[in-house]
Amino acid sequence: MAALDTQLVEDPVSEAGKGYWSGVGARLIRDPVTMICLGVVLLLILSAIFAPYLGLADPYKGSMVKRLAPIGTEGNILGTDEQGRDMLARLIYGGRLTLFIGLTPVVLAFFIGGTLGIVAGYAGGWVNTVIMRTVDVFFAFPSVLLAIAISGALGAGIVNSLVSLTIVFIPPITRVAEAVTSGVRALEYIDAARASGANTLTVIRVHVIGNVLSPIFVYATSLTSVCMILAAGLSFLGIGVRPPEPEWGLMLNTLRSAIYVNPWLSALPGVMIFITSLCLNLLSDGVRSAMNVRD
Amino acid sequence: MSETKTLPDTTPDKGGPAQPLLIVRDLVKYFPVRGGILGGKKAVVQAVDGVSFEVRKGETLGIVGESGCGKSTTARLLIGLLEKDKGEIIYDGQALGSRLSLRDLRRGVQMVFQDSYASLNPRLTIEASIAFGARVQGLSDPVGRARKLMDRVGLAPERFAQRYPHEVSGGQRQRINIARALAMSPRLVVLDEAVSALDKSVEAQVLNLLSDLRREFGLTYIFISHDLNVVRYISDRILVMYLGEVVEIAPVDQIWTSQAHPYTRSLFSAMPSMDPDNRTKEPPLAGDPPNPINPPSGCRFHTRCRFAESVCKARVPALKPLTAGSEHLAACHLHDLGSGHSKAGKEMLP
Repeated sequence: MAALDTQLVEDPVSEAGKGYWSGVGARLIRDPVTMICLGVVLLLILSAIFAPYLGLADPYKGSMVKRLAPIGTEGNILGTDEQGRDMLARLIYGGRLTLFIGLTPVVLAFFIGGTLGIVAGYAGGWVNTVIMRTVDVFFAFPSVLLAIAISGALGAGIVNSLVSLTIVFIPPITRVAEAVTSGVRALEYIDAARASGANTLTVIRVHVIGNVLSPIFVYATSLTSVCMILAAGLSFLGIGVRPPEPEWGLMLNTLRSAIYVNPWLSALPGVMIFITSLCLNLLSDGVRSAMNVRD
Repeated sequence: MSETKTLPDTTPDKGGPAQPLLIVRDLVKYFPVRGGILGGKKAVVQAVDGVSFEVRKGETLGIVGESGCGKSTTARLLIGLLEKDKGEIIYDGQALGSRLSLRDLRRGVQMVFQDSYASLNPRLTIEASIAFGARVQGLSDPVGRARKLMDRVGLAPERFAQRYPHEVSGGQRQRINIARALAMSPRLVVLDEAVSALDKSVEAQVLNLLSDLRREFGLTYIFISHDLNVVRYISDRILVMYLGEVVEIAPVDQIWTSQAHPYTRSLFSAMPSMDPDNRTKEPPLAGDPPNPINPPSGCRFHTRCRFAESVCKARVPALKPLTAGSEHLAACHLHDLGSGHSKAGKEMLP
């Protein structure tokens, strides 16, 4: 046993007594970019939730006199839109619908597609064939066309566009989840866990989910920006959010006609979409590297 | 010898010391090869074809053979990771599928895999990995059990319990895998190339640890390896496989001095000699083993055997004791006086 003891001495002392998630939290806090992005996303979400209490102008009240006022106008810091409504108020109120429509379908698709993909990847065989070939059918259509088709068939409205966007995002998430899971399934620690007598659900819960979740999660967050833009497209076609509701995508579309009159103003909703999706993407990257214990 | 200790909560012995711990009878596993537009069955790989052997209580049975001969498939069949097509697995007198459930089999039989890294969940701490099996089996105090076993395999729990597999060395990981297998208090441990990926000094440490554990806890091992020296060191008996079949079983000192089957001979002569006065005289085996999708008729070794005659092509040799009552078994027409082989019963010349 002497050889064993000398081997032990060379090892650095481990950080004992810490769980996996507290380690993830500690790594996140040490990452400034991720923390800034988290702050921006939280700010957007909080301002959207508490918009009525921020003392903003009425986002629905227009003024024929003050149409397309430039940025920096007194009383309308970010100017006014083509109907004279306060842009700052509309951008903040717009965050409510935009974030809701942008995040909800992805969250739903993450759970549904993730479950389908993990089941298909773990079970293999005919279960895999049935799930993956069904998913392949949806890949035959471009995502925009599919969203428009489903939304059009269901009729206009926010709920219907949520449903159609969820359906659009389930197949790609399922495919990613299936690919990652079947890779993990082939590893020997899954065999070892099965050999220990654990049932399938326990093996999936303890050994599969932790190892497939981060790539699926990162992929799903990268879809939120696409989802916001698709939702805006649906609104533009009159099958999503309807005017005069403030929504960034819809605002971008309606201000499009004013781009030669006041280009900076027209770009504002786009800037909001850009900042939001950028921060979400960087945040998901940060979370992924914090969840990866090997780095 | 004092009374043998066992791991806590080991399932009680049923058949007494004379009852083999594991009896395998005519084990068969074919893998279908699918292809074509409709994914129809095109061929079968005869990975394990009619394998029979016994493992006695407290012994170590070494299994050797070339890669692709069915060693690992046999191991996976034994712990139910693969489903057998035919044959019987009898653990301590109880046949799997009738009186013994898969769950109970896995309580008594555990496995250590070759790849120490791939066989540990990278997101679980070492303690959690070891405790997992005991927890799902409903054994008492899985964490305390894990820490005791870590201590026993030479990893101080206070230093290693909360570490992740990537933070420790290969030899330490294989110790973790051994502790993980022992956490379920098995009586039989299948070691599938468990030391092959380690470097020589660490390999020796792990082998010594395995021997100590066997003595201490009264374990029985099936030790699969391609390294004959390692198998000789740890095993009591050696089983030689070729293309999914058992060709020879013998106690280690007997097979070391005289190999009965021509394949075993070639296998042993392929080992580099340590003594310049005792160089290998046997010509090496030519070519690769035949394709198990369409194995040769009769004796599967006849395509590469120097003693092959027409009888070898025509009839499958049975696995028989060399002399009545001998522990040395071989499946070769050369050792069967009634086989019709012209050299049957005569001395095999190099």
